[in-house]
Amino acid sequence: MSFWEYVGSRHAQLLTDAAQHASAVFQCMVAATVLGVALGVATYRTEWAGNLATTATSTILTVPSLALIGLLIPVVGLGVAPTVIALTLYGLLPVVRNAIVGLRGVDATLVDAARGIGMSRTAQLLRVELPLAWPPILTGIRVATQMLMGIAAIAAFASGPGLGNEIFRGIASLGSANALNQVLSGTLGIVVLALLFDAAYVLIGRLTIPRGIRA
Amino acid sequence: MPETSVPTAAGTAARTATSGAGIRLEKLTKHYPGSPAPAVDDVTMEINAGELVVFVGPSGCGKSTTLKMINRLIEPTSGRIRIGDRDVTGMDPVKLRRTVGYAIQSSGLFPHMTVAQNIALVPKMTGWSKARITHRVEEMLDLVGLDPGEFHGRYPRQLSGGQQQRVGVARALAADPPVLLMDEPFGAVDPITRDHLQDELIRLQHELHKTIVFVTHDFDEAIKLGDRIAVLRERSHIAQFDTPEAILTNPTDDFVSGFVGAGAALKRLNLTRVRDVGVVDFATAGVDDPLQSIFDLLRDGDTNEVLLLDRHRRPYKWLRRGDLMRAKGTLARAGTLVHDTVTRDATLRDALEAVLTDNAGRVAVTGRRGEYIGVVDMETLMNNVHELLEADRLEAVEHRHQLEEARARRTRAAQEGLGEGGAGAPA
Repeated sequence: MSFWEYVGSRHAQLLTDAAQHASAVFQCMVAATVLGVALGVATYRTEWAGNLATTATSTILTVPSLALIGLLIPVVGLGVAPTVIALTLYGLLPVVRNAIVGLRGVDATLVDAARGIGMSRTAQLLRVELPLAWPPILTGIRVATQMLMGIAAIAAFASGPGLGNEIFRGIASLGSANALNQVLSGTLGIVVLALLFDAAYVLIGRLTIPRGIRA
Repeated sequence: MPETSVPTAAGTAARTATSGAGIRLEKLTKHYPGSPAPAVDDVTMEINAGELVVFVGPSGCGKSTTLKMINRLIEPTSGRIRIGDRDVTGMDPVKLRRTVGYAIQSSGLFPHMTVAQNIALVPKMTGWSKARITHRVEEMLDLVGLDPGEFHGRYPRQLSGGQQQRVGVARALAADPPVLLMDEPFGAVDPITRDHLQDELIRLQHELHKTIVFVTHDFDEAIKLGDRIAVLRERSHIAQFDTPEAILTNPTDDFVSGFVGAGAALKRLNLTRVRDVGVVDFATAGVDDPLQSIFDLLRDGDTNEVLLLDRHRRPYKWLRRGDLMRAKGTLARAGTLVHDTVTRDATLRDALEAVLTDNAGRVAVTGRRGEYIGVVDMETLMNNVHELLEADRLEAVEHRHQLEEARARRTRAAQEGLGEGGAGAPA
């Protein structure tokens, strides 16, 4: 069976896997963004806290994903839970780091101006600092998403959802007729998804970055 | 008078504006933890309503810190601040700052918001209605001399430095605060633009009568703008707090005279404005006037020169009789272009500069939109300079005389052994 015949005959399964893959990455990315930006906001003003947050999140990233998921299984069981936790943790680093860098990079005179014209602390953050730090934060989110696309494939190891199942099945039955097709379709599927997400981010950037600070 | 003929939005702004409130600083001190000496030490100062006071001093003297304590961007360690009849030392700083305009160096405009959004910020926070805000934004843009239709939707980076600074001032004034604090607002623009912005500020102040506290390290700027100048030395100690004239002619000590610097006579020119000397009318013609009528004007008038105005009544060219002879039916290449004009708020120094560079023996005076008002000629300028210097010389002589007299009295008193209080004060 050629690769295209394989895709044709299994397209329903592949589409389900792809949809689950995309949805897992998307949801974990939303969680990572919320957590990451919150962490950034909470820590960027203090030198040591910011450094601690960056170091902590980058330490997580050095743990191999397979090992992390393996370690999570005894704690939270198989399936969706370890996948979501692992993906969210991995997604944190680029978001936290870029949020801190972005917020610290906001021109101090602008913050002074914001205070000087009578903005409350919250208003300063929401109306001045976060909008100005948004382009680097969005870049962080984009980088994190690309990374999670690949890591999500490992989730199949813990019976998680997504295109990883296709790859794992292929690897498990190496030498059989469809093994290569399975690995190939899973991998290409992930590549295509990653490209689609990236395109979406370009669009989001266009829509959410104000014209005044667009590069 | 061309200036009063058009009822502009700026005119309305001026009529309805809240005028200034007095500011009183009482024993204001700022002591940063960990530093041995206070940054600002025991400043007491009274700023009258509607007055423009300039804080001037070397960098690091605490002038900016003092300013920032007025809107409590920096909390004073001790002392009180009063604005109008209210003690604002204890009130919510966020609320306080919404009632005090604040303009800073390099404008501080938010780059992700349009000009209109920037100006609308404070009115929005204070809860104005949408319609009122929209109207106000137009009014403010017009007030600072920017065309609302053109600049409304622009982003700060699409503006020049001078335009950004104007918008910065418009934002500071948008909610009509009685007090305006300006922290080296023109420090980051080129000298020519700075000159224009200073003129604009003087004009604004003529219209609005706010209480303005202005910080600068440039003494010339202080002389040009201030109703009164506070020369500050380290820790914000007031070395002298007086009118520019008094500081120039009568500095209290070496620190102040060192700050005044050389060329006090020339600086004196900065204290008189074109509006205070004779602006006279001059023969003018429009570019669209028939050549014959300009001809007649030159022949019949007592002058051999006319000022040609463009279609917006802005000065365009100086035309001499000889130029017209060589014009051969068209004005396109005749005459000399007007390079420099001054406004009525420009100083005599600016005017003199313009006369010298334009080489026309006179300079055209223009209104807000660059339209012709009149001219000032070299003779008027020279007469004024002479008068000024003469008056200053007299004053200085008188002052020296007074000092000598006082010293003589003291010496005599000492010689007669009548030290004040009998405490044998050594002379």
